[in-house]
Amino acid sequence: MATRGKEKIITVLFWLSALVITAILAGIIGYIVVKGISAINWEFISQPPSRAGKEGGISTTIIGTIYLTLVALLIAVPLGVGAALYLEEYGRKNTMFGYVLKLTAETLAGIPSIVYGLFGFVFFVIFLNMGWSILSGGLTLAIMILPTITRTSQEAVIAVPQEYRSNSFALGATKWYTIKRLILPAAAPGIITGIILSAGRAVGESAAVLLTAGSSLGMPLNITDPARTMAVHLYILAIEGISMERAFGTALLIIVLILIINYLANWSVRKVVRQ
Amino acid sequence: MKTKLECKEVKVFYKDFQALHGIDMDIFENRVTALIGPSGCGKSTFLRTINRLNELIEGTRTEGEIYLDEKNIYSNEIDVVALRKKVGMVFQKPSVFPMSIYENIAYGPKIHGIKNKGKLDSIVEKSLVAANLWQEVKDRIHKPAAGLSGGQQQRLVIARVLAVEPEVILMDEPASALDPISTSKLEELIGELKKQYTIVIVTHNMQQAARVSDFTGFFLNGFLIEYSKTNDLFVNPHDKKTEDYITGRFG
Repeated sequence: MATRGKEKIITVLFWLSALVITAILAGIIGYIVVKGISAINWEFISQPPSRAGKEGGISTTIIGTIYLTLVALLIAVPLGVGAALYLEEYGRKNTMFGYVLKLTAETLAGIPSIVYGLFGFVFFVIFLNMGWSILSGGLTLAIMILPTITRTSQEAVIAVPQEYRSNSFALGATKWYTIKRLILPAAAPGIITGIILSAGRAVGESAAVLLTAGSSLGMPLNITDPARTMAVHLYILAIEGISMERAFGTALLIIVLILIINYLANWSVRKVVRQ
Repeated sequence: MKTKLECKEVKVFYKDFQALHGIDMDIFENRVTALIGPSGCGKSTFLRTINRLNELIEGTRTEGEIYLDEKNIYSNEIDVVALRKKVGMVFQKPSVFPMSIYENIAYGPKIHGIKNKGKLDSIVEKSLVAANLWQEVKDRIHKPAAGLSGGQQQRLVIARVLAVEPEVILMDEPASALDPISTSKLEELIGELKKQYTIVIVTHNMQQAARVSDFTGFFLNGFLIEYSKTNDLFVNPHDKKTEDYITGRFG
């Protein structure tokens, strides 16, 4: 009897924690939708801001966000996946180098983004004279998400059964052929999950971006142009008291953008797996 | 009877441990040679010297010579890719790749540069027919190979090996993960394959060695204790250790 009673209490406790988490999440999203939906219309999405964001839309910040995220991913994905493949497929196992790299990646993943921002500001913006630009911001974000991409790719590659490799080599395949035809496709879902997480972080980042890409409201065309991302715009709208309604509208669109990225990534995972 | 493989003083070391102590063995063309012995006796290690697969394990060193059609596969001029095209291998656990049946079979030929669709189609069919699998899968060769049963997967793996047109097929306990019916289908297949290929099979199962092989080698602690015609070895073993092993006194 006592055991059954205990079991019931524990079940209820777990159920409660699940309920609280769901309620918090639903509460936040609901609140943002309620407060922000009134700001959203076609003009808000398609027009550039005017009067510091009091009027007009947020089109340039949407473009800036996507541009910056893409640049960061274009730099970080090949580097991160490449490093993971080197460590797991080419480099000797259990070396000091591999251990140090793993430790470095884990430490880097825990550093606050403002610290990356400060580094990017001093190194890219000032020392390399890149100025506030998509390039400075993209490089900074790339460094910030690199540990996540490397670690998740590494885990995904490790999870590919060892027998695939020996069977492939026994058929005469080279390492690169095996990686290209067998290991990367098998590891793709895990790698893409890491990319989604990283893209989400990049889209939502404000501090590091403000310091390295600036807060210009113009449309970023060249990679050397400064840009304001949606997250930075949201920050400025709120902190300078420009418009809370528009801040919430921007927040809502950031969430929508992240949902779209998740959806696209899931879709591409399914496509890869089906092959 | 032509000698296909001539092994001379083959020694393998894993770091400080010597796994094989100078194996001399002639393996004959179009015959099935079984390697038996207790776990850890070196039979699988020896098998993997023939396609140089031991090299994938860090800290492994091989000494001695193995002549495949009178060419030393351990000489510097040998291209490992070309060697492994000639010497195929079937592993203990059937490992189908996460792709369709068709793509599994075409994987090997594509490595070796065959891209023509018509040619690949005919290789896939021919290999599946040769592995006695065509009838069972011909309507779903574009479906994922993971949907096949264990016995079918093992025959698929054999078809995948046949698709690169090897001359020698190494089998490392190919039936150990199979049920009795699948096992007997596999043994039947081995009997058919030896008409065209030279087969070396490692097995734990002495009845299996007796059923499928023409020659049998008994390994113990890294030494080849006895090697002769299968019938002779089982009926009239010369070495006391062989006799003890095959009568079940140890192992």
